[in-house]
Amino acid sequence: MALDSKTVQDIARLARLRVSVEETTKFGTELSNILDLVAQMEAADTDNIEPMTHPFDATLRMRNDQVTETNQRDKFQSIAPSAENGLYLVPRVID
Amino acid sequence: MSIKTLTQLAGDLKNGRVSSEELTRDYLTKIDLSDHNAFISVNADSAITQAKEADKKRAKGADSPLLGLPIAQKDIFCIEGTRTTCGSKILSDFEAPYTASVVENMRSHGLVTLGKTNMDEFAMGSSNETSYFGGVKNPWGSSDENLVPGGSSGGSAAAVSAQLAPAATGTDTGGSIRQPAAFCNLTGLKPSYGRCSRYGMIAFASSLDQAGPMTHTAEDAALLLNTMAGFDQKDSTSLDVPAEDFTIMLEDSLSGLKIGLPKEYVSEGLDPEVAALVESAIKEYEKLGAQLVDVSLPNSALALPSYYVIAPAEASSNLSRFDGVRYGYRAEEYENLEELYLNSRTEGFGEEVKRRIMIGAYALSSGYYDAYYSKAQKLRRLISNDFDAAFKYCDVIMGPTTPSPAFAAGSRTDDPVSMYLNDIYTIPVNLAGLPAASIPAGFTQSGLPVGLHMITPYLREAKLLNIAHQYQLVTDWHMQSPSSLGGTT
Repeated sequence: MALDSKTVQDIARLARLRVSVEETTKFGTELSNILDLVAQMEAADTDNIEPMTHPFDATLRMRNDQVTETNQRDKFQSIAPSAENGLYLVPRVID
Repeated sequence: MSIKTLTQLAGDLKNGRVSSEELTRDYLTKIDLSDHNAFISVNADSAITQAKEADKKRAKGADSPLLGLPIAQKDIFCIEGTRTTCGSKILSDFEAPYTASVVENMRSHGLVTLGKTNMDEFAMGSSNETSYFGGVKNPWGSSDENLVPGGSSGGSAAAVSAQLAPAATGTDTGGSIRQPAAFCNLTGLKPSYGRCSRYGMIAFASSLDQAGPMTHTAEDAALLLNTMAGFDQKDSTSLDVPAEDFTIMLEDSLSGLKIGLPKEYVSEGLDPEVAALVESAIKEYEKLGAQLVDVSLPNSALALPSYYVIAPAEASSNLSRFDGVRYGYRAEEYENLEELYLNSRTEGFGEEVKRRIMIGAYALSSGYYDAYYSKAQKLRRLISNDFDAAFKYCDVIMGPTTPSPAFAAGSRTDDPVSMYLNDIYTIPVNLAGLPAASIPAGFTQSGLPVGLHMITPYLREAKLLNIAHQYQLVTDWHMQSPSSLGGTT
């Protein structure tokens, strides 16, 4: 399976990654090779097989609806690239 | 330099032959003098403080088995106030605001952290070459060749092998503990999925990730796992099972043990020297009273293709959190919010991580879910069913850990798929969530270590370690050290 450059650019957009024109060919070939490996899955008959999401088929635990987290906003924001007055700063989104 | 195991060092501390502070300073000096690039960060002051505390506790009568033993932590575990990079530029300046449960557990047993070990970026790799902080030297390479230590826990493997730490933690999503253990002549154990908490362990593929010990011996692995494992409310997939002492079965006889040998594990591409060494290791088990049984894992060949859907899909979702807003690297130049995301991620992630995020984004994109992710999860069930069927006839499954011994740095970086083939024997175990180990099984003609892979049913880590330990009582492969450290091999 060979991915064309438009598909590579579409995937990059979904992944929020920038792929230059030169890189498009390289990634296209590499991703196509990986998808060729993945395509071997098609050989297996999986009719009536339940997908396995957890090795133990365990379901997520429930707990009492109680507040367990304390407010650590200042601590967490101290490692942010840019924060002020309890807010994360990003470029203006609304004019 | 002869190998000192955790068990021996624990004895030395207990008998007062050495203090934790002396031991810790000794390892810090060795780290300082080494050229393996095994560590990303070393925090000498903090290590010495922890060691002094351990010595004080011992003086007051505390006697936890690993009290005061210095070890290395893979740089995937968050430790509060400590740089935690996961081998990535995007986290190169990240100071974790909290500590992983595994590290908390180990600390409560009095273990001392020497530093954080190098690793493939976000644990994606089999050679440690995807690390932003550079490759790691395998201590088993001769002076004129640069061999990879394996990956993703390559720094941990090299550190223990070069005796820069008596033991280390690793994580294993598709073989990242066992493959580097095989390449560096160590015992590496991937516990059952859910044994060790994932809280504070930076996520790669959440349904596969599992932490485990990397040590010289199975006895050491049992002791270290005792300090790592345990139910954790903070991890939604943590196993709520009673605490176990993993050393309890070590001395049991292997008489009557049934070893399953899957014909699928002697595949095309298996190095003949590796095959021969694994075969003679299995013969040794026959001398210990084990019986050999032929078993079949017919869907093994489907493990690699399904893994390369499931792991990248989960990774693309997990790594969407790195956006340059809340923590981690932010690009210097951007015109708007969209560019802030794009530039931070494009500059912050390495190539292998980008490939996997893109494969994952593709597999999860609209219209492809059933063909990829859902199909892969169905195969996962078939692979797991194969193991269940095989374990009706045997107690343990054995084979090679890797198709070849350690390879030269740079020799496989041009072709991602050839790199992925390293994990062909280890990946099925992660998909099924089973416990498995790699132990030293001898050396090739050119003196490179080879690993014996062993897999047991769910939650049978104690049995697995018993099987490994009994072999180590009658062999001494695991006590050999590389010629660069004065060993003979």
